[in-house]
Formats: sequence, C-alpha cells, structure tokens
Amino acid sequence: MGAAALAAPAAIGARVFLDPLTRLKAPESFVKVTTLDTLPEDGTPVQFPVLADRRDAWTKFTQVPVGAVFLQRQEQDKLLALSVVCPHAGCFVDYVQEQQGFLCPCHNSLFLKDGGLKDKDSPSPRPLDSLEVQVRNKNEVWVRFQDFQLGIAEKKPVA
Amino acid sequence: MMKQLWAWVDERTGAGRVVDALLFQNLPGGSRWRYSWGAVVLYTFLLQAVTGFFLWTAYSPSTQTAWESIHYVQHEMTGGWLLRGLHHFGAQAFVVVLVLHLLQMVIYGVYRAPREVNFWLVLLLLPLAIAMSATGWLLPYDQHGFWASRVPIGIMGVTPVLGPWLQKIAMGGSTIGHHTLTHFLALHAGLLPLCLAVLLGAHYYLTRRHGFADAPKDCACPDEKYFPAQFLKDAVACLVVLVVLLGFVLVPHWQNPAAAPGVHLGAPADPSEQYSAARPEWFMLFLFQFLKYFPGGTEVWGAIVIPTFIGAVVALMPFVAKWRHGHRFNVLFLISLLVAATVLGRQAVLQDRSDETYLTAKADATRAADRIRDLTLERGIPPSGAAALLRDDPYTQGPKLFAKNCASCHRYDGHDGTGQKPLTTHAVREGETWESIAEFRFMKLADLRAMNQPKAGQPLKAGDKIIAHVRPWAPDLKDFASRTWLAGLMDPARVSGPDYFGGTKFKDGKMAKWVKKNCVLEKADDLKKVIAALSAEARLKSQAGVEKAEADLIKQGRALITGDFACTDCHSFGKKDPDATAPDLTGYGSRAWLIRFIGNPAHADFYGKRNDRMPAFADKKILDAKQIGLLADWLRGDWYVPPGRNGVK
Repeated sequence: MGAAALAAPAAIGARVFLDPLTRLKAPESFVKVTTLDTLPEDGTPVQFPVLADRRDAWTKFTQVPVGAVFLQRQEQDKLLALSVVCPHAGCFVDYVQEQQGFLCPCHNSLFLKDGGLKDKDSPSPRPLDSLEVQVRNKNEVWVRFQDFQLGIAEKKPVA
Repeated sequence: MMKQLWAWVDERTGAGRVVDALLFQNLPGGSRWRYSWGAVVLYTFLLQAVTGFFLWTAYSPSTQTAWESIHYVQHEMTGGWLLRGLHHFGAQAFVVVLVLHLLQMVIYGVYRAPREVNFWLVLLLLPLAIAMSATGWLLPYDQHGFWASRVPIGIMGVTPVLGPWLQKIAMGGSTIGHHTLTHFLALHAGLLPLCLAVLLGAHYYLTRRHGFADAPKDCACPDEKYFPAQFLKDAVACLVVLVVLLGFVLVPHWQNPAAAPGVHLGAPADPSEQYSAARPEWFMLFLFQFLKYFPGGTEVWGAIVIPTFIGAVVALMPFVAKWRHGHRFNVLFLISLLVAATVLGRQAVLQDRSDETYLTAKADATRAADRIRDLTLERGIPPSGAAALLRDDPYTQGPKLFAKNCASCHRYDGHDGTGQKPLTTHAVREGETWESIAEFRFMKLADLRAMNQPKAGQPLKAGDKIIAHVRPWAPDLKDFASRTWLAGLMDPARVSGPDYFGGTKFKDGKMAKWVKKNCVLEKADDLKKVIAALSAEARLKSQAGVEKAEADLIKQGRALITGDFACTDCHSFGKKDPDATAPDLTGYGSRAWLIRFIGNPAHADFYGKRNDRMPAFADKKILDAKQIGLLADWLRGDWYVPPGRNGVK
C-alpha cells in the first residue's frame, strides 16, 4: 500500500521526465544554404552555417543557426554536402588545405576531402556524414540538414 | 541558565549523547593529520553546497538566459566573481581531495575489515563528483561549456543498448537546448548533491562507528579524545583548503588588476560557431587523450569498459589485501594508475601546445569573450539573448565574411581578414619554375620554398603538387578609401602592384596609366588635396577629426577633381555623368556606396561591362543585406569601440 502510494507520484513524474523519448521529431526539410557562386571552382570545401526554424521546448526560433555544413564542387554542377560533425564524439571538423582533408580538433580523426576515412585507426567509426543536396532555380543550394547518431559505424539519423 | 536550557534540550532529544559520541570519542593512539582527510572531503562538499546554493539563486536555466544570468553574476553583482571563482575551484578541489582520500585509505590499509563498505563509499563518491563536474560545465552555457559537453553526451550514446535513450533523456530532446539545461541543473543542484550527501553521511557514520583507524601497534602514543586534538587538526586542514581556493581566485586578480576578475566566462554558446579548443576539465584530460588511441567503433572500450573494469579492480582491493602481497599490489596498482593518468594528461597538454588549430581557436575565443563584454556594456543584452550581439557585430563578423566571400581575390592587410594567408595546392604545369610561380603569386621565393619542404630543393616537373598562397586577384582592402589607401593607389610605383591593380585586368588599364603619367612629384601638393577630398567622400570614422580641421584643403581638392586633375573625364563626381566609364566617385567608400558596389559592381554606376571577376553579391543573392552591411561596416572600420580605447585589437 505504502509502496503504491509512493509509486504513483513517482510514475507520473517519470512519465513527464521521459517525455522527450516519445516526442517525435518533425522530419527535416531542405533549407537554402547558399548560392552556387560562392563555391570555389577548384573544389575546395567551404563551410556554411545552416539557418532554419527550430523549436526548442517552449521557444520557437525563426531562422537561427542550427548547425553547419561543408559544401564542395565535385564536377561542374555536382555538389557534395558533408556534415561538419565528427561522427566520433560530435566536435566540428576543420578543413586543412595542406592535407587536402578534414581534421577533427578533438581526438584527431582524419578524413579525406570526399569525407572518407583517411586511415582505419582513426577514432571515428565512419566517414563524415554526407547530406542530401539539391540545386534549385539554377543557383540556389538547398541541403537537407540532419543529425546522425555518434560513435557507431552505421549512419543512422537521430530520431 | 544556559545549563538548564541545555539539560532541557538534552532530556527531550538525547542531543547530549550524540555530542558526546562525536566530540569526545576516544582515538586509540591519539590524533593524526591523516585522519583529517574525511573532514576535508566533507568540508569541500559543504563549501560547494553553500556557494552553489547562492549561484543557484541568481541562475536561470534556458538557452537565452543561462549565459546571460551567469554573465550578470560575474560582472555586475557585487562579489559575484568571487562566488563563482570559489565554486569553480571548489569543484576541482572536491575531485582532488577525494582521490587523495582514497589513496591514503589504501596506503594506510584503512580498507581492511571491517572498513570495506566505508572504502566502497569513497570509491562511489568519485564518479558522482565527476558527474557533478560534467553537469556543471554546461550550465554557464558559454562556448567552452557547450562544446566540451557535446563530447560526454556523445559518448553516452555509445553505451551498449541503452545509449541513444540515455542520450535523449540527458539532453531532454534530440539536440542541446532548454531542457538540457533544466535537466543538468536538476541533476547538478538536486539529485547528485543529494546522493553525495547520503554517501558522505554514511561514510562519516561508519568512520565514527569503526574509529578512524586501528591503534598503531608499535607506537606508545597515548589515546586522545576527538576534541580538542583531532578537532583542531580538522579545522586547520579545512582552513588550508579555503585559503588555497581563495588563492586561486584572488592571486590572478592581484597580479593583473586591470583584467576582469574571476574565472573566465567564454562567449555565449552558438551551435554554428565551432570552438575547436573544447577540452574537458584538466583532471579528465587523461581520458580525453586515452580516447585518441581507440580506432573507430572501439571507443566503448576506452570510455566505458576499461574504466569500469579498473573501478571493479579497485573495489575488490579490500579482498585482494588479504593475499600475501595483496596490499603491496593495491598500493602499486593505484599509484601506477595515477602515474598513467598524469602521463596521458601531460601528453594531451603537450599536443595542444603545438597544435595550430587549438591555439587559434583559443585566441579567437578570448577575443570573442572580450568583445561580448564590451557589447553587453554598450548595448545591454536583448531578450533574445547575448549571442545575437555577436552575430550583429561588424568587428566579429566582418573578418569571417571577408575570409569566406572576398579573400579568394582580395586581401586585408595581406591576410584573409582573420589573420590567415589563403593557401592552395597548385598542380605544376609544363615550363613553370619556383621563380615563375612565386612571381605570379606575388610571393617571396624563399617563402614559397619554405612552405614546400622537403621538395623545395629540387626543380619542378609538370604534375608536381605544391602549396602556395592564393594569388591576390584584386586590391588589398585594409583601410579602403582612407587617405593612406588612396595615396597608395595614386602612387606610380604601387598602382600596378599586388596591393592595388596588380592582379586585376586593370593592371595596365587607363587608371594605372593615368597615375603613372600624372601623379608626379611636381604635382604632389595638389595630389594630396585630391586624395583628401576623395577620401572625405567616405566619411570614415577614423578621419572625422582631420577632415573637420582641413575643410579648406578638401574644398580645394574637390575643385581639382573636376578641374585640373580631370577625374571627371571618366568618373562621375557630384552629378551623374551618363558617359562615365569608371566608378562613380560621389560618396566613394561611404557606407551606401560600398553596399551598392558589393551588391553589384557591374552596375553602370561602377564598372559596368568592364567589371573584372567580382560577383554581384546582392543581385546574385550570395549575401543578404545584413551580411553586406556588416562587411561594409567592417571594411570602413565602423564598429563599436569602448570609450578609452582607440582601437580594438
């Protein structure tokens, strides 16, 4: 009886506490990141902030930075969009021109220019996550910005 | 009277017996300094509880108010910096004294029967103390806390099976936000301290139940009562902790009274502004370094399995001690653990010290932190939070925008705005030599060779890849439209050099030819007037004083522009000339002029069809109006400068 009396408020509290687990995230849609003109012809990746509307619990933010993305030209109109988040522990990687690749400043994971792992002893379990990218109206670059689960070999979007 | 009151209380509560047991407990073999460790742990906890409580009274957990409320505590509230400083160093002290307490328990064998449980209690306190520190990191919600917290939250995700769930519960959602802060606060100020208090209470109770230690065998020391001998030792030990902590906060302030006192508070967290110098608290650096050695997919070993295993070995120490050399093994094991952690931690520090990215990020972070302080002083913090102040600040955003959008052609004082020289990998073509490449890129030959060690000694062949500076294709824009800048433009020796038209198709154009022909020594006085008049069009903040004083000179210069110097043969000046073939000089370099120019340099008012490669940043929607405004303000040196400082560096 006593246990039940204690369990009831605890259960109600726990249900509220666990609310985030059952709250489904709205699917990410494409957001406009930049225009084609800003991307160097020589294929050097450039980092852009991603602005989007974001809901954080009780606040609705309009057009705030939600993350960042590296964009590069592969061929004339073929683009590659890479998430800047290192799949190891979530630090943002930097592009290092001398090495023609990405370096994570936290645990030194190295990635090739196309996002692939540079060596298999790298702390990162998988290559940099590529994002879906589209060119609309001839010049606008749109990216479907997503977060992926860290620390696993599989590329799995955060639910 | 007092006696009677005491007797009354004692009779009803039994307090007298408790006081007797606590104060007048018999210590076999007398008091010892090392018996004070427990008291020191307890004291540090209480210090954290008290300072933490008062910080809590001023803290507001949400993404728009967390940093802001701590900033207010730190810089506005009387003594706030001291309170936060004590809490900051107290947190580190708590971990340190716990480790030392554990160490002395093992060294002196105070973990043997019947004190095993008491030993485990101290061992359990350690992860709780680290959890306190980890949750406390995020609460100020500055760049450092935000980026350093992402890592442990990420690592939480690799916990087998439960990982992603744990992570989501900890963050209160899928990303760090309001609920991450409310959760961390509830843990940091509620649940975790409660657990710590219970464990500490149990530890204290058991210590008193079993006595501090067994009586030393080969010492004829007489027994003593806890009070006053041990009581005094405890009090002194606690005082030492306080003095040391106060020293950590106050000594830097005395050494440098001009700087803001207290523990550094970084710039407000911004999820899109990476901070590449995020590191855990120093006593966790060893784990940070340890994780570098685990290739992808195996980090669960480094972060969870191995630490848990080591914890289990330590927990079994009371039983291991029963074996013949068990006690020695325990002492050795623990000391080698500490040595290993120190070596790893040192390694992490050494690697960072020689890491360019880390050092640059550190310097940028300090700059941003100083800047946000100035901005909050001038403008106050808007309801949307302080991060917006930095996003709207030309001094902060200008260099970044320039580096990203302009520095592929332009330079700013020789660099890309942020202090870096833009680099590129150049694939050598047939017939190119070190000399020809250096000349084309306006580099010193020695610099080019130095960048390409060890290849630099050999002659180049087609297909070789070398590192070189990006060639400046357009003028250097430091102090654009100022008198110094224009004086360089109208210098026959410089107009076709790398700082002006050297990289452009105007290198041998009409303007360059005109400068070489007309800007001669005989006309130096008039040229000065023309430059002053043209520069005055920009209305630069830095020249406001001079221009007021030299109004006459400027007037004469204006007459020369349309008169003797005949600038208006090609340029418009004052009134619109439909036949003008070169950029309009009306309002040259002013905010409005620059914004229109950046928006579309190929407009008929500017270069028209003659425009070289510069894109139309507004018309092609490369930058929005706000970004172009920030860029223009930055190029014009027009940003808030706190009174008393003549320039921000």
